[in-house]
Formats: sequence, structure tokens, C-alpha cells
Amino acid sequence: MSTGVLPARAAARHARPRLHPLRGAVPTAVLLLGAVYCLFPVTWVLIAATKTPGELFSTATLAIGSGLWSNIADLLAYRDGVFLLWLGNTVLYAGVGATLSAAVSALAGYALAKYRFPGRNLVFNLLIGGILVPAVVLAIPQYLLLSKAGLADTYWSVLLPQILSPYGIYLARIYAAAAVPDALVEAARIDGAGHGQIFFRVALPLMTPGLVTVFLFQFTAIWNNFLLPFIMLGDDRAFPLTVGLYTLLAAGANQPSLYNLILTGAMLSIIPLVALFLTMQRYWRTDLSRGAVKS
Amino acid sequence: MRTRRFSALAAALLTVVLAAGCSGSGSGSPENATGTAPAQSGPVKLTYWTWVPNMDKIVQKWNAANPDIQVTVSKQAGGDDAAAKFLTAAKAGNPPDLIQAEYQHLPSFVAAEAVADIAAQANQVRSEFSEGLWNLVTLGTDGVYGIPQDSGPMMLFYRADLFDKYGIEVPKTWDEYAEAARTVRKKDPKVYLGTFSSKDPGSFAGLAQQAGAQWWSISGDAWKVTVNDAATLKVAGYWGDLVREGVIDDMPYFTPEWNKALNDGTLLTWPSAVWAPGVLEANAPKAKGKWAVAPLPQWTAGENVSGFWGGSSTAVAAASPHKEQAVRFATWLNTDPEALELLVKEGAIYPAATKGQSVLTEAPGYFAQQKDFWQLANQVAATARGFTFGPNVNVTYDAFKNAFDKAVEAKSSFADAVNAMQEATVADMKKSGFQLAQ
Repeated sequence: MSTGVLPARAAARHARPRLHPLRGAVPTAVLLLGAVYCLFPVTWVLIAATKTPGELFSTATLAIGSGLWSNIADLLAYRDGVFLLWLGNTVLYAGVGATLSAAVSALAGYALAKYRFPGRNLVFNLLIGGILVPAVVLAIPQYLLLSKAGLADTYWSVLLPQILSPYGIYLARIYAAAAVPDALVEAARIDGAGHGQIFFRVALPLMTPGLVTVFLFQFTAIWNNFLLPFIMLGDDRAFPLTVGLYTLLAAGANQPSLYNLILTGAMLSIIPLVALFLTMQRYWRTDLSRGAVKS
Repeated sequence: MRTRRFSALAAALLTVVLAAGCSGSGSGSPENATGTAPAQSGPVKLTYWTWVPNMDKIVQKWNAANPDIQVTVSKQAGGDDAAAKFLTAAKAGNPPDLIQAEYQHLPSFVAAEAVADIAAQANQVRSEFSEGLWNLVTLGTDGVYGIPQDSGPMMLFYRADLFDKYGIEVPKTWDEYAEAARTVRKKDPKVYLGTFSSKDPGSFAGLAQQAGAQWWSISGDAWKVTVNDAATLKVAGYWGDLVREGVIDDMPYFTPEWNKALNDGTLLTWPSAVWAPGVLEANAPKAKGKWAVAPLPQWTAGENVSGFWGGSSTAVAAASPHKEQAVRFATWLNTDPEALELLVKEGAIYPAATKGQSVLTEAPGYFAQQKDFWQLANQVAATARGFTFGPNVNVTYDAFKNAFDKAVEAKSSFADAVNAMQEATVADMKKSGFQLAQ
């Protein structure tokens, strides 16, 4: 950088940390504050899940209770293990939904980034518009639509609306534009590769880090989605965790909410998410095409 | 009423349903005139949305005895959300055959033509229920829109041990209750006799019923709305004065701090319904055996009346192709002695059917020392009076929460809050196209 072109400015830039040694502490403090803000509720759930019903409202907020294992046992025994069924459903909705969503985003994003065709900008602008419409607003129209198609109250009713993710496509397009060099696509074409071959053999590997991001975004969104499955599903055997746990909370006027089971269920349901993020991190490698093209 | 967290969602759902038009376009209602399905092979399959615990087990009994009518239970989140969800499903043409319908939501189901009039079959079991409960499923008309399942007559739950400690008598009138509230504050400024919850319209409605309120009535084709009648204003004024005076707390029910107060003995009474033992047991397990129950304090000494908080019926969807079989199941569930016993023991409900109340003999574990718990409950149930609910209870209840939240916050007039409820209710009914009598 500082190759003598602007020595004075470069020197000033280097000097700054020495002049204000505390300056670096401010961002760190802000980040720490952010971390506490994000992690405290999680910590609270972890601690509250260890409390027996008796301890939950009578001991100090951050005092660890003695009921973790009995809570887990009670939760797994609740209605003959319906929690595991809900967990399985959530894994299905989130896993299949996010995979399909990432696949659709990859194809659409790549096409929008690398092909010139009439209406391309219109399609893209419509997608941008789609990002601005919150999914909550769409839930009821989608319900009425799927009811007409006879798909309400089926697994499809939760899967289908979440496959098309405007944000995912947008992200995939941006990523494809940046990570897949035109020169590489042209080289593949000169070597005689077809459109499909170029996409699967050349573009897709380069887009992997972006697609992992799309997958994780969509996985988390589906995992935590409440309103869509709440509206779509009547059959409690098809509920995901969010809606299932809600039936424990809103147990009706004459029944107490099963707070300790809800908290334990909430704690157990974030574990797979954390595990997924930790294992998927290694796919976040950037600049895969370095060395493929000399420019 | 325990589900207020999502009441905004419920309101949103309802709005869409109402916006879709109250025309009852009849999509997906292929039933013929009698509501029975054409001859078919195989058993009739019915779906049933409910949130009564262990309903699956109760329905198993029916399924075993009735191989030709198989019922599938789908356990739902209870309360306002269940009502909104059912209305949406009915509009979309795929409701369940049977639905647990809280009394206050039934009129909105009827107005949306989502539930069937089952008078022909249901009138046969009319004698199983008290007049007051039956009126809640007829809405004062000739139709019958559900079979009563459970009810929530209100009583006064109090900490017997702490009443002794502070030297308080169980109040027989609301004047005595107010006096006791002042006494408690003098003896220990950390302790309150009771609290007024601005988040539980069901509780307030029950207290207003006790005072003789009539929020809705039907005259001819028109609705009459009198949420701000004299009885309701009296109840609101009473609690408003106590809250302003500072002798009654203003913390809402079913919140963590309320649970805490129940546990550590800083809250001495809860005017609640017969289902309170379950709530107390779950939220204040440490105080087991310390609570006792008495009839609600009265407005006039020597009187003996109560109101209802909660309670529900089993209704049949208008779009169900198997209405006749659905009513047969609903009748069995809510009047058959074997089913009633299961409802009480497995479902932990207070049955609406008069003979079901005789199943309740042993006091709930939490009230083990009070041997006459159920005798007292049954006496109170016989004296509880309800009122006809209107077609937009959700709006009235939301208005309650908004107006009373503000009134409690600003320590302003509770009467104004009641008037705000009246205005919101009338405005919404006008907007939805209901005829209003002046």
C-alpha cells in the first residue's frame, strides 16, 4: 500500500493507533455489548431450563436449578413423545426446505447474473420487491391459495411457500456475479461444455460459500417460522417445534402453561441450530477462483 | 384469555376473515339438506380441534366403541388463536368437523356461518345442563350451536394461613373486601390483598356478570350493546378506586411477577374460576395446602350470585359433511357418564353437564385440606349467571386491554375505560354491518 506515493498520509494512518491507544477499545466494547445483548437471553433459557416448576418462579433468575434431567424426561414423555415428532418435522421442513431453496436460488441467481435475456431486469426488480414484502403478510393469502389447491394441512403447505426465497436469489445473484468470472464461463464454453455442464461443473463449486449462506439463512428462517405453519397446519402430528411448543404455552384458560417444558423444549430446539452453524462454518471460504483466471 | 401474547395475531387473522366478507360464500360445503353424507364405504372420519389435555385418551374410548365413526383429535393452542384459526379455516373451506368453542367466541362463529345449527339433535340433551349454560350455546335464539363442555363459575381463592396471620376474616361483601385490602396494607406494606389485571378481560367480564351486567342482547334482528351498563360501571369504579387508593395492586395475572407474588405470599387473594387449582399448583407449588376457597364477595350482603370466567362447548362445523355423526360424538363426549368421568379425571375440566359434577368428590390435591371444595363449587355453579356474548368479543376484549392498560398506568378513571370498550364494540359492529338497536 504505502509504496511512497503518498507517504505523509500513509504515515498518518500508521500513527493513529499510537496517538489514541484507547480508540481500539471502543469498537471492542460495542461488540462485547452486542454479544451480551444477544447471548443473555440464550443464557437465560439455558438456566431457566434447569429449574423445576417449583424453582422457576421462586429462585433467583440466574441461579441454576436442579431439574434439568427431570424436565427433559417430562418433555420426552409428554403426550407419548410428541416433542420428538415435532423435532423431526422441523428438521424435515428446515432441511428439505432450505436445500430446495438453496438449489432454486443457485439456478435463478446464476441465470440472472450470467445470462442476458429480455425481461431480466424486470424479473430482478420483482424479486427485490419480493424482499420488501414481509412473509407474515403473505401467510394468509398463501393459506387461501393452498386451500384451493387442496394442499392445506399437508407437509407441502409448509414446504412449498418457503422454497422460493427472494432474498436467497438476490444473494445468489450478487455472489455469482462476483465469484464466477465471465472469463471462466467463456473458457468452459470454448472447451465445449453445455449450459448445464458449465453450471454444475464450473459455477456451482465457485458459488458454494454463497449457497451455504443462503442455506443457513433459509434453514434458520424455516426453523424459527411460526406463523406460516400455525396457519397452514391443523393436524398436530405435522406441527413443527414452534407451533407445537406454543400449544403447551396457550393451553387454554383452565390449564396452566407448562412453562418448564416450554423452556426445556426451547433450549433443546436451539442446539441443532448451533451445531449446524458450527459445522457449516468451514464452507465459508472466499475467493475460490483465485488462480483460475489471470487478469 | 391466557393467550394474549398473540392476540394481535388473532386480531390480524380475524380482520382478514372479516375483510373476506361475511357473505358465507359456502365454498367447500357440499352437504345436502339434512347434513348427512351420502352412503359410503368405510368408517366416517371426523377431525376434532381441541386443547383439553389428554383428549386423545378420551376419544380412544369412543373410537373403540364406534368403529364406524372414527374421531381424530388434533391438539391446538387454546383460546383466542384457536378461534381465529378456525374462522380462517372455515373461510378457506377446510375446517375440522368438530371444534372446541369458548362461549365468548361462539357468536362470532355463528355470525360467520362457520358452525352448524344442531338444534334438532341437540335439544334432546337440553335437560342435562343448567339454563344459564344452555343459553350460552343458543345465544337466546331457537338455534343450538354447540354442546356445553365445561364452565368456569367464579370463586374467591385466598391464602388461609396468611388471613390468620393478618387477622382478616374471609370477606362476604365487596365492601368487606375493600376494608380487608386496607387492613393488609397497614399491617404489611409489602403485601397486597389482591390485584386488578388489565390483561384479563375474561375475569372482568365474569365480575361484571356477577354484578348483573348484560353486555349484548338480541332484540329481533338487531343487536343491543350495553357494555357500559350500570353494573359494569359499578364494578369498574370499585376496582378503579382501590387501585388509585393504592390498596390493590395493578399487576396482571399469569405473569412471572404474579407467579412470584403467589409463591412468596405477597398476594393474598385471587377472584378466579373453578379451574384455579391447576394454575395455582403449577405456578405456586410451594404454597400447596395453604390456599382455601370461598364464594365470591357479594355486592349486597345476603345475596348469593357469581359469574363465569372461561368455559367452552363442542361445536360442529357448518362445512362438515358428517354433521349427524359429529353431533352424536359431541353429545356422547359431554353427557355420557363414562365420558364425563374421563373429562374430569384426564382432561381436568369442570364439566358443564349437571350430572358430571357428581363425579367430582375428592378435593383437588392442592386443596386437600378443604374437603368440601367440590360441594362448594357445585353450589356456586348453580348461582353463577352469564350473559349473551356478542359477535365481536375479540374487539371488546382488545379494547379492554388497551383502555385498562392506560387507565392503570395513568391512574385515570376506569369508567372511561369501560366507555371506550363500548365505543370500540359499537364502532366495529357497525363497520361489520350488524344491525344495532338503539
